[in-house]
Amino acid sequence: MTDTQPHLSDCIGDFLSGYAPIPGAPDELVDPDGRMRPVWSDLIGHLASRSPEQLDAQFARGASYLREAGVFYRQYGDADRSERDWPLSPVPVLIPESEWTAIADGLKQRADLLELILADLYGENGLTREGHLPALLVAGNPEWLRPVVGLKPASGRYLHVVAFDIGRGIDGGWWVLGDRTQAPSGSGYALENRMASMHSFAGFYRDARVLRVAGYFKAFRESLNRLRKEDDSRVGILTPGPMNDAYFEHAYIARYLGMALLEGEDLTVINGELMVRTISGPQPISVLWRRLDANWSDPMELDETSRLGTPGLLSALRAGSVTMVNALGSGVLEARAFMAFMPRLSEVLTGRPLAIPNIATWWCGSETEREHVLANADRLMIGPANSLHMPLEPDRQTSLGGMARPDSAGSLSDWLRSSGPALVGQEAVTLSSTPVWSDGRIAPRPMSIRVFMVRTASGWQVMPGGYARIAASNADPSAVSLRRGGSVADVWVISEGPVTRETMLESGSGEFGRAQSGWLPSRAADNLFWLGRYVERAEGMMRLLRAYHGRVNELPEGATPLIPSLESYLEARGVSIHDGIPDALVTVLGAATGSANRLRDRFSIDAWASLADLQKTVERMRETVARGDDAAGAMSVLLRKITGFSGLVHDNMYRFAGWRFLSLGRALERAISTVHLLQIFADPIAPEGGLDLCIEIGDSVMTHRRRYSVNTNRATVIDLLALDPLNPRSVACQIEEIVGHINLLPGAGEKGRLSPLARAALRLSTDISVHTPETLDGEALTTLAAQIYDLSNDLGEAYFN
Amino acid sequence: MRYDISVKMTFAYQAAAVNARQIVHLMPADRPGRQRLIAGNLSFSPHPTRREDRFDFFGNAETAVAFDGAMHEVDIRLQARVEVTGSAFPEGLPTPVDALGAEIAAWRDIGPASPVHFCAATMRVPADPDIAAYAREATMGADSVAGRVEALGLALNRDMRFDPNATTVDTPAAEAFAERHGVCQDFTHIMISGLRSLGIPSGYVSGFIRTIPPPGKPRLEGADAMHAWVSAWCGPHVGWVEYDPTNATFAGPDHVVVAWGRDYGEVAPVKGIMRTAGGQTSDQAVDVVPLGPAG
Repeated sequence: MTDTQPHLSDCIGDFLSGYAPIPGAPDELVDPDGRMRPVWSDLIGHLASRSPEQLDAQFARGASYLREAGVFYRQYGDADRSERDWPLSPVPVLIPESEWTAIADGLKQRADLLELILADLYGENGLTREGHLPALLVAGNPEWLRPVVGLKPASGRYLHVVAFDIGRGIDGGWWVLGDRTQAPSGSGYALENRMASMHSFAGFYRDARVLRVAGYFKAFRESLNRLRKEDDSRVGILTPGPMNDAYFEHAYIARYLGMALLEGEDLTVINGELMVRTISGPQPISVLWRRLDANWSDPMELDETSRLGTPGLLSALRAGSVTMVNALGSGVLEARAFMAFMPRLSEVLTGRPLAIPNIATWWCGSETEREHVLANADRLMIGPANSLHMPLEPDRQTSLGGMARPDSAGSLSDWLRSSGPALVGQEAVTLSSTPVWSDGRIAPRPMSIRVFMVRTASGWQVMPGGYARIAASNADPSAVSLRRGGSVADVWVISEGPVTRETMLESGSGEFGRAQSGWLPSRAADNLFWLGRYVERAEGMMRLLRAYHGRVNELPEGATPLIPSLESYLEARGVSIHDGIPDALVTVLGAATGSANRLRDRFSIDAWASLADLQKTVERMRETVARGDDAAGAMSVLLRKITGFSGLVHDNMYRFAGWRFLSLGRALERAISTVHLLQIFADPIAPEGGLDLCIEIGDSVMTHRRRYSVNTNRATVIDLLALDPLNPRSVACQIEEIVGHINLLPGAGEKGRLSPLARAALRLSTDISVHTPETLDGEALTTLAAQIYDLSNDLGEAYFN
Repeated sequence: MRYDISVKMTFAYQAAAVNARQIVHLMPADRPGRQRLIAGNLSFSPHPTRREDRFDFFGNAETAVAFDGAMHEVDIRLQARVEVTGSAFPEGLPTPVDALGAEIAAWRDIGPASPVHFCAATMRVPADPDIAAYAREATMGADSVAGRVEALGLALNRDMRFDPNATTVDTPAAEAFAERHGVCQDFTHIMISGLRSLGIPSGYVSGFIRTIPPPGKPRLEGADAMHAWVSAWCGPHVGWVEYDPTNATFAGPDHVVVAWGRDYGEVAPVKGIMRTAGGQTSDQAVDVVPLGPAG
C-alpha cells in the first residue's frame, strides 16, 4: 500500500514545500523555525489530501454560494457603481482558542477604556483639564460633536457595538491597528464568509472544532432588544441607503436579525419622540443600530447639507426617547491621534496598562514628540491627526517613510512645524502573513483581522471569529484594503475540545410572538407599489413588442393599417420601434431593479437573483437582437423570465401589507394598460386585426376561443378583457383585486366607516360591474381610465406621504 | 447704551409645509462685562407643537420649535431691551505672535470660551490659499496678535466693496473674496479664514448694530438689519476681542451681540427644515432703537 499511496505526512510536506514566509515578518501557518503550527495540522492535512483540481472545485462551491446569495462588492463612488464578485480568499485564518481568549480579554479591557474616555469627552472633560489629552486635538476632531456634549445616552452607555482591527507584529504579539467605535461594518460580511467557507469545506468543517458564530448574533439581537423602552417598540437599523458601499451588508444583517431596515426619511420626530412613518401612521422606535455617520444624522444640528438624516433627531435624543447604537459622537475615538494617548489614558482611567498595545503614535502638536517624529521620519507614517482611516489605508495627505506626501511640495520639517497639531507620526506597520490559495498552491500574504464585540447584560461578548483582510501583494501591507485589490477571509477559532453547534433559531420552549403586520414603512410601501407597476409595465411592453415584431415582416409593407397604428401606439409610450430591444424596456427594468434595490431586506435571494438575471439578459440582448422575428423570439424569452420573477414573488412572499402594495401596483398597472389598449384597438374605427391583437396582448387567446362560439367582435373582446371577473387579465378582475387589498390595508374601515380611498375603490368596482359590452363605449373607457388614475393618486396620498 | 430691539420675520410657503422645524438664534446675549439682557420675548405664530429653549454649546440662547401640522406661513417676533455695558477692544498684555501657537497647543480648557474650538477650518470657512496669502501680506508689520487682527480688518475694509446684492447667504467666502465684494457675512467669513490661516483663533459673531441716520433725516422704521463681525483670541492676557471689518472698528457700544460660533452655520438667526412641495419666501423687519445710557 505504501508504495502506491503516499503517507499523509509526505503529502503535507509536499504541500508546504513551496510556502516561503515573507522575510522579517511572522507567519500564521509556520513558526520562525519553519515548522507548521499545530492548530493548522488538520486543515493542511485536509488540503494536502486533495488534488489542486479537487480544491479548486470545492472552493468554487463557496464562490458560487456567495454569487447565489447575492453577495458582491461595490466600490463607493464608482461612476458606473459596478458590482464585483466578493473577493473571498477560501483558506481561513486559523487561531487557537487559548490565544483567541487572550485577544478577546485584552480587547474587552480596551472597549471598557473607550467607554470611559467617551463619558469624559462628552461629560466632565477631566482628561483635557488635567492635561492627559490636548484640548486642541479634541476640539479639532470633526467627530467630536458639540451639540451632544453634556447629553447622557438613554441607555447610560455610549458604546454597545465596537470592532477592532488587529494585526500580529514582528514580535509575534497582537497589536491594535484601529478602533472602530462609530458604526463598525463587517460583521455581516464575516457571517457571509463563514457561510461560504462552510460550503467550501462541507464535511471537513463539521468536525474541525471551529467555534460557531451564531451565538454571537443571538446575543447581539438580545442585547439590542433589551435596550428598548417598551416591549412593543422596535429596533431598527439606520442605513444611508443603496448608494452606500455597505448597503448590501445592512440589508443582509437586517434580514438575518429580523430588524427593520430604515433610512433617515423613514423617521420623523413627533413631540420629542422618534417615530417611523408607516402605512399605519407614525410608530415609535426606541433603538437604532446606526450604520449612518453621526454628522449626517440630523441636518438641523449637525451637517446641514445632509439629505440622509432625520431633522429633529437630536431633540429626540435629548428627550431620552431613543438609544443610539452607538451614541452620536462616539466616532471621535476613531481618530489616529488617540492612539498616542491610549497607554497613558489606560493608566489614568483604569490604573492598568493596555493589555494589547496599539501601534506607536506621536502627536506632533507638542515639541518633543514633533522632534522625535522628525528624527525618525524614515520609519514612520506621518499624516492627519484626526484622520479616521486606518494606518493601513494611507491617503494622499500621508507621508510614508520620510518621503514627502504626494499632495505637497514643501519639506517634511516645514510641514511638521507649520501644521504640527494637525499631524501624527505612526510606526510603519508590519503584518503577519497567512496562506492564500493562488495558482494551485498556497502562498503567504499579509493580513489583519477585524474583531467584533457587543455589550450584553453580562458584559462584552466577542464574536469567536472575524473578518480577515488580506493584502494583494507581499510588498505593500497597506493593500489589505479592498479598495486596493485585497481580499477577505474567514477566521476560524479552533477549540481544543468539542464544539457546541448553535443557530439563530430559538430552540425548545419559550414563548414566541408573531410580529404585528401593518408595520411597513411608507417608503417601503411606495417602493413595493412601484416595483409592482414597473414589472407589470415591462411585461406589457414585452407583449406589445412581441406582437409588433412578429407581424412586421409577415405582411408586405402597407398591407394592413394595423402595423402603423401599433407603431404609433408604441411610440406614444416612448417605445422605439427601430431597435430590437428598445431603450424604454431597459429603462423600465432598471426602474424596477432600482425599487427592488431599496427593498433588499424584504426579498428572497431567489427573487432578487431572478430580477438581476432579467436585467442582465435584456442588456446582453440589446447588443445582438435585431428587429422582426429575432426580437419577437427575444420577447418570448424575456416574458418567460419575467413571469418567473412574478411567480417567485407572488407565491413566496409572506402576505404582509408589503405584498398587498406590490399586488396593488401590478393590478393598477394592468388595469390601466388594458383600458388603454381597448381604447385604441377595440374601438369601432380600429384597423382590422385590432381585436385579435387585444386578445393576444391580453394573453387570452385560448380563453376567447373556448368561451365564445362566435367570431371575434367588439362585444366579445370587451366582455372578456374588461368585464369578465373570471378572466385574471380583465380590468374587472384587477379592480376586484384592488378593492380586496385596499379593504385590508390599515385604516380602511375605522369606526365602521370606509376610508375615502376604500369608498373610491368600491365606487369603481360598482361602476364596472354594471357595465355591459354595449355601455362600455369609448367615452366610458375614458372615464374608467381617469378613475383608475385617481385611485392610484389617492392610494399614494393615503399611505406614502 | 440701552436699546429696544424688535425683529419680525415671516416665512411664507407656496404649498402647505408639514413637519416644519426651526432653530432660532435671535435673543440678545447676556454676558457680564459686555452686555446685559434686561428683558426679552421671542414668540411664534402659529403656536409651535413643541418648543425648547436652551443654550447651545457656545452658551448662546437657542430656541428649537416644531410644527407638526400643515401651515402656509410662520411669523417669528422678537422684543428685547439690552444694555451694552462694555466694549471688546483689546486690553491687557499683548501676546507676541510667535508665542500663540504653543499657548493654544498646551491649552487645557475645552469649555465654550476656549480658543481651541476656533482654530480648524469649518464648513463655511474652509482654508483658502488666496485669503491666507492676502492675510500674511496685510499683517506683515504687526507684531502683536491684536495688532494683526486690526491690520487684517482694516485691509479688508479698504479692499472689499460692500454690496448688498452681490452675494447670497450661501456664497462661499473664497468666491466673495475673489470678487472683493459682499455683505457683513462675507467680510466676516473672509477675515476669520485669514486669521485662522495665521494661527489666530477666530469666530463669527451675529448681532445687531445701531445705525445712525444721515444728518437731518429720521431713523427709518424696520430698515435696520442683522449684522455680523469677528471675534478673535489674542492670547491669555488679552483674551477675546471683537472686530467689525465691515465698519473697520473694534466692537463697541453700537454692537449688540446675539450669538457666536465657529461660522455662520452655527449661529444663523433662523435655520429651518420642512416638507413642502413648493417654494418659500421670507420677509424681515429689524429695529434697533437707542434709548440712551441707563439713568
